Amino acid sequence: MSVPSVGGERVARAIRSAGSGPALVAYVTAGFPSKGALAGLLGACAARAEVLEVGVPFSDPMADGATIQRSSRAALAQGVTLEWILGELAGLTPGLSAPVVLMSYLNPLLNLPGGLGGLGARCAAAGVSAVIVPDLPLEEHAPVRASLSAAGVGLVQLVSPVSAPGRVARAVRVSDGFTYAVTMTGVTGGRAGLGGEVLGYLAGVREAARGVGGAPVVAGFGIRGADQVRALAGVVDGVIVASALVEELERGGDVGALLAGLRGAGV
Amino acid sequence: MSAAAGVERGGLGAGGGGVAAMLGGALPPCADPAGELGKLLSGAYPDAGGRFGPFGGRFVPETLMGAMERLERAFAEAMADAAFVQSVAAQGRAWIGRPTPVMVAENLSRAWSGGGGGRVVLKREDLAHTGAHKINNALGQALLARRLGVERVIAETGAGQHGVATAAACARLGLPCRVYMGAVDVARQAPNVQRMRWLGAEVVAVQSGDRTLRAAVDEAFREWVRDPERTHYILGSAIGAHPFPLIVRTFQSVIGREARSQALELLGRLPEAAVACVGGGSNAIGFFHGFLGDGQVELLGAEAGGVGVGVGQHAATIAFGRPGVLHGCHSMLLQDAHGQVQDTRSICAGLDYPGVGPEHAFLSWIGRARYEPVQDAEALGALEDCCRLEGILPALEPSHALALARRWLGRNPSGTVLVNLCGRGDKDMPILMRAMEARAPDGHGADGHGAGAGGGGPVGAGGGTVGVGGAASAGGGQR
Repeated sequence: MSVPSVGGERVARAIRSAGSGPALVAYVTAGFPSKGALAGLLGACAARAEVLEVGVPFSDPMADGATIQRSSRAALAQGVTLEWILGELAGLTPGLSAPVVLMSYLNPLLNLPGGLGGLGARCAAAGVSAVIVPDLPLEEHAPVRASLSAAGVGLVQLVSPVSAPGRVARAVRVSDGFTYAVTMTGVTGGRAGLGGEVLGYLAGVREAARGVGGAPVVAGFGIRGADQVRALAGVVDGVIVASALVEELERGGDVGALLAGLRGAGV
Repeated sequence: MSAAAGVERGGLGAGGGGVAAMLGGALPPCADPAGELGKLLSGAYPDAGGRFGPFGGRFVPETLMGAMERLERAFAEAMADAAFVQSVAAQGRAWIGRPTPVMVAENLSRAWSGGGGGRVVLKREDLAHTGAHKINNALGQALLARRLGVERVIAETGAGQHGVATAAACARLGLPCRVYMGAVDVARQAPNVQRMRWLGAEVVAVQSGDRTLRAAVDEAFREWVRDPERTHYILGSAIGAHPFPLIVRTFQSVIGREARSQALELLGRLPEAAVACVGGGSNAIGFFHGFLGDGQVELLGAEAGGVGVGVGQHAATIAFGRPGVLHGCHSMLLQDAHGQVQDTRSICAGLDYPGVGPEHAFLSWIGRARYEPVQDAEALGALEDCCRLEGILPALEPSHALALARRWLGRNPSGTVLVNLCGRGDKDMPILMRAMEARAPDGHGADGHGAGAGGGGPVGAGGGTVGVGGAASAGGGQR
């Protein structure tokens, strides 16, 4: 595979360091439920998860379901911007035990002062280890990847159950940090049915990644319960918990307990 | 990096001819407009990456990539299949009523050219089956959907015209159809919602986002992501990821082909200007394509100027936007400094969209077409003139084009302007009734631009003359 960036390598190492069972990647929408909550939330998640995913709210999140649409809209209403997020992260990441992956649709990234050219340096300065861009397929990733890798920041590629084998092979070769294996066709926020076909697809992605010495494989979309996490043990290297975590915040619940519960441990 | 990754990087960065560098940076002026136009005319654009110069591309979730690639292949194969092309044309004649006529609007010509002898010529797409040009693309894509072997069709709609057209085409071809429509538009275009339901389509009122066309497109894409293998998404505008802008333009180009030869037959020459309204830009791109190679024909797009030039007051994307990525393509976009898409406003649902087709962004960039905002009141004034002087009730969308034609005649009183009258206005009756009720007792609209044409002379040339002055000053002020 391609040589991972320093940031991508840090993320991969954190995922592989998980003891028993898959690593947890905990997602938060930056600025939800409030701007002031970000620091505490990241700290609470870092205590229970191997990797933190920080979502940049976008007005038109094409790959997201109702929950993340809601949290994004709420964050935008409070004036959350990518600039603010990077500024906050610069102060927070040195104290966090888990690496931070930034999730953003392409358009906010294009609007950073200096455009894509400066993206990598800005992310590196904020302590961001890797970036996920859900509307950036392999065919369009080059300028973003070039900017990030020049600054030692990884770019995560996504694969889906309907990706042709050739596309999966290309994705696992270039994905830097982890390969994001979407569990189902659809948007975020549902509940993934993890039948034999899905597990077979996920195992196939991991086999493809291992075959080229690629980054670990992390399953996301629709992960809500400890039963799902158990079913994925040994199949993938990690799981992403996003909408379930946002909904816990909406209920005023304890995200640390939610993450511990997913791991199957008592609270 | 591995060799494979290196090739990918070089492919877009170097081979893309500087396109990658433009992504996210300021858009430099076009260095070679003639050369760029030549690439479009020769078919080199859209290129293999779906780009028209710096615009276009395919920025969609990975889950849709397989469906997009299948669609691209199927479309290329279909267009190379004479039987398919003949079938589109034959159904166009028998079912849509093509060719739609071109006529000289003598009364509007007299009223709007101020005695200068200029002419307004109308391409009557409002006479197409279901009442608008949208049917050209809906029929073509429904036939394509059948070729793809999908089990069902989804579509978005703003004013409801594309939804009605898709519902009709799917009814004829026996395809189940679901239409996503913003809840705001469901309320303001009620007659079309009923028509879609009568034609057998399921109409989903979209409550997310801004609850207009943009939210409907968001939701249709989300639904396609849920079931990309068995569903075809009939996108109605010249927007979205490649190959949608190419497909929509191809099926709408019949407008421009017909209009050019009809104008030559009727006038003995080409018009000096061709005007169409632009939201996403499907009627305009099909219309403009008939004249792209005729350098003497000025191409003008009328964008929705809404109620003003401030943020959220309009939907004039090319006039006030910057390059950005929305709904799968890199194009001009109404967005804030941080890349968040802005809310829009227009009296007509069909133009109420913060993006624009990438080929329009390209035509503006190379200077081949020019785009001007037309405010609600000015469009209403043109609509009123068209009703009273020509006995034609145009939709609010092409009323923006009519208003821009009036402006153009104000600048060129002896010229000939061809307007694509892309739809009829029956669907707009609820909005028109409200606009009439809201009108001040002196007969003038809220800000007086043209809408009050009836104030001085309720019927006939007097109404039109008032409109000319209003239009000319509004035009100067906005640009």
